[in-house]
Amino acid sequence: MEKRFGSVKENGLLYVFEHFVDAWKWVFAVVIGAVLLYTPKFSFMTPANMRIVIMIILYAMLGMGLNVLIGYTGQVSLGHAGFYGIGAYVCALSMTKLGWSFWPALVAAGVFAALIGLLLGLPTLRLSGTYLSIVTLGFCEIVQMILKQWESVTNGNYGIRNIPKPVLFGMKLDMKNGGVFYLTLALCVLTGIACLAIRNSKAGRAFMAIRDDELAATMMGIRTARYKILAFVISAFITGLGGGLYCVIANSYIEPTSFVFNTSILILSVVIVGGLGTVRGMVFGSALLWLFPQVFRFLNEWRFVIYGVLLVLMMQFRPQGALGWQSTLPYKLSRPTRRLLVERGLGAYIPGRGKEA
Amino acid sequence: MQTLLGAIINGLALGMAYALIAVGYSMVFGVLRLINFSHGSVYAFGAYMVYFFVSLKVGLFPAILIAIVLSGLLALTIDKVALEPLRRKKSIPIATLITTIGMSFIIQNTLSIDYIFGSEKHGFPSLNLFAPIVIGNITIQSSQIIMLVVAVVLLLILTFVVQKTKIGLAMRAVQQNTKAANMVGVNVNFVISFTFFIGGACAAIAGALIAGYYGIISPSMGSTIGLKAFSAAVVGGIGMLHGAVVGGLVVGVAECLAAQYLGSNVRDPMAFVILILILIIKPTGFFGKKGITKV
Amino acid sequence: MAFLTIDNITIRFGGLTAVDNVSLRVDQGEIVSLVGPNGAGKTTVFNMLTGVYRITEGDMEFMGQKLMDKTPQEIVKLGISRTFQNLRLFPKLRVIENVLVGMHIHTHYNFFQGLFHTPAYRRQEAENIARAIEILESIGMGAHINDYAGSLPYGDQRKVEIARAMATDAKLLLLDEPAAGMNPAESEALLQFIRHLKNIGYTVLLIEHDMNVVMNVSDRIYVLDHGKLIAEGLPEEIASNQAVIDAYLGGEREKHAEN
Repeated sequence: MEKRFGSVKENGLLYVFEHFVDAWKWVFAVVIGAVLLYTPKFSFMTPANMRIVIMIILYAMLGMGLNVLIGYTGQVSLGHAGFYGIGAYVCALSMTKLGWSFWPALVAAGVFAALIGLLLGLPTLRLSGTYLSIVTLGFCEIVQMILKQWESVTNGNYGIRNIPKPVLFGMKLDMKNGGVFYLTLALCVLTGIACLAIRNSKAGRAFMAIRDDELAATMMGIRTARYKILAFVISAFITGLGGGLYCVIANSYIEPTSFVFNTSILILSVVIVGGLGTVRGMVFGSALLWLFPQVFRFLNEWRFVIYGVLLVLMMQFRPQGALGWQSTLPYKLSRPTRRLLVERGLGAYIPGRGKEA
Repeated sequence: MQTLLGAIINGLALGMAYALIAVGYSMVFGVLRLINFSHGSVYAFGAYMVYFFVSLKVGLFPAILIAIVLSGLLALTIDKVALEPLRRKKSIPIATLITTIGMSFIIQNTLSIDYIFGSEKHGFPSLNLFAPIVIGNITIQSSQIIMLVVAVVLLLILTFVVQKTKIGLAMRAVQQNTKAANMVGVNVNFVISFTFFIGGACAAIAGALIAGYYGIISPSMGSTIGLKAFSAAVVGGIGMLHGAVVGGLVVGVAECLAAQYLGSNVRDPMAFVILILILIIKPTGFFGKKGITKV
Repeated sequence: MAFLTIDNITIRFGGLTAVDNVSLRVDQGEIVSLVGPNGAGKTTVFNMLTGVYRITEGDMEFMGQKLMDKTPQEIVKLGISRTFQNLRLFPKLRVIENVLVGMHIHTHYNFFQGLFHTPAYRRQEAENIARAIEILESIGMGAHINDYAGSLPYGDQRKVEIARAMATDAKLLLLDEPAAGMNPAESEALLQFIRHLKNIGYTVLLIEHDMNVVMNVSDRIYVLDHGKLIAEGLPEEIASNQAVIDAYLGGEREKHAEN
């Protein structure tokens, strides 16, 4: 196998592909953006297909949320459906019981989930690895219990009905006018941008340092406990927002059984199958997992068996996930950074200039 | 008073069956530091095999015996086919975790395929083999007594195997330090296979006992109970046999009491409430010991 | 005021006394080496200094600050940073990101400034990246800033570890076997670099097995054996010290016996 030790491989398919995409990224962005904006108008977008597309986008967002925790910080949560459910119920109840409009209710969903994330993050100070996963698993079951049991508020097993639709500038956003689609898309894109921004900041690097080697991170002065909790809070916030969105997606009706262990596993699978630690992978993983049962409808019940087989094979042969490669592009330098490097006589380190200089 | 006592007896019997499932989680966790999410589906598989062979008219006990062997083999196969290659590749823990989840998908959904068993529930031969015992107002089903006695006997045998036999010594050695055990000549892969086999066999017995008590089986019967038994293993201190027993009993009694006094919705999550409380108070469970970290 | 003083420190793990009543002193601007056979307790001293282990008895002071009750994070902030014997880089991060993590405690923007990439964030990041590149260039890793740390050969990983430690703005660098895994040419270059560190104002406490490096670079040497200090002095004194020779030969003999 050809491998240049110590250096990003400067050939190979991935290198060519990534540099091609990077060179044409604005073209790609415009084309994909245009297609996405036009999506609800496509003739094959029946309500059923539309719903699947929206679910793909929603789960991409949920994946991004969980990815902050697993992909960046290396903490495995098996109970994100708990935050998802909390978000959905807080949003729905704020609208139906308190009469709030959708927007503050959505914010409340995120904030409340984040608060619970803070509380659940606290045990991470004492628990490591597997035990943390177990706590999150138990957490999800307890949320489930509360949703079912606290009938005076949550309406128990019957769920909450008649959740109002969001209204933006006097226009009702629903399935028919594509409003729900655009809303979900906008939030997912914002989440993706936020995740990338975090990744390239002090907090993101602290997360990844903890993931790669917690002791070494401590020795660099990183307050690991604090950052682990921060990761929990961010992750819960995004997942809570996703829950709030689910209220408007799910035919204005939510029930406790939508937020069970299997939901947690589906979100987890999005992250793992797509590519741990990447944002692109979340979109791909979500699309794959939602389209699979649709495309392979002819397999009937076998498709769930095959789904399991795929998970197993994936872990055997591509455990980093479908799109989980390490980028062969050089480290991104912002414009102020480039300017400063030139000032300091380090211009040779700016990609594209280095070779000539 | 009667209902209290009844709930406790109920809980003890159920708890011992949980303990039988919990040992499978516990032993596998002990040797591999892995939550084996496929274990619940092996339990369901065990119950289905009993059902299947009973329907072939081989008799209840031969059917249970066959189911035990098949479930043990299934658990062993899961390890050989999917987990051992990952260990050889030294892949990340989460890959192993997802693999066990994938395996449980495969097993559970294969059981629910229409021309195999189907997704609907099936009746299961009752294990009420003799008349219930009535003390005052409390009725104890014979299936409960059988559940309790069988589980206790099995766990005693298992304790004996782990504490007094050569393979048990090897298991404990692998638990303590896999590398060192390998270096002094313990056949680690055999120990791991043996552990999976025993875990699967115990799960099948638990499957027969619990299905015989409720008189019903379904392909998804293993998912909730698996998670509960896993909580029981953690509550008691994962990696330890007596931990699994105590954890199982605590969870069994607690959920029967909760169902009795707080409502049926509280029943299943009770295991997790205890789990979280224990993990916050004593993260290693009742009997767990703290590991030493080396820099 | 003494720079670093360690007074009679002892640490016990259960019944085992890993470091027994060890005292040593490092003055500002010195390169001091800590040598001894495997298992002598050298790395344990580093672990005690950096707060990984709590000492059982004794006293440690750095620039007038007691170190015993400080967390590892507080100790880095005081200006002590280290490398690790068994390489503890962040393997999935790029070389430059590893060094940027080293600057964590001097990166002064909060989470939201980082999230929204405010001007404060942009200024600080530009500054940090420039500084990281300067450090990496000085240690000869300029060509590798984009590479992933885990893909580098051992020798280069050790250099990145030193760069990461420098990035914390430490005054005292604890280097744990920096020459391990390096070929003679590389370890010669490392020797030069450690001298360069001294020239640009760093103080270095060094654990090293490569005697060529130790004898050539150290101002003073301490020798540990079985957790006890058995000798201290200038390199030439240590080279002719009978106790040291015995400890090393004994150590060698034990090693041979193991094989």
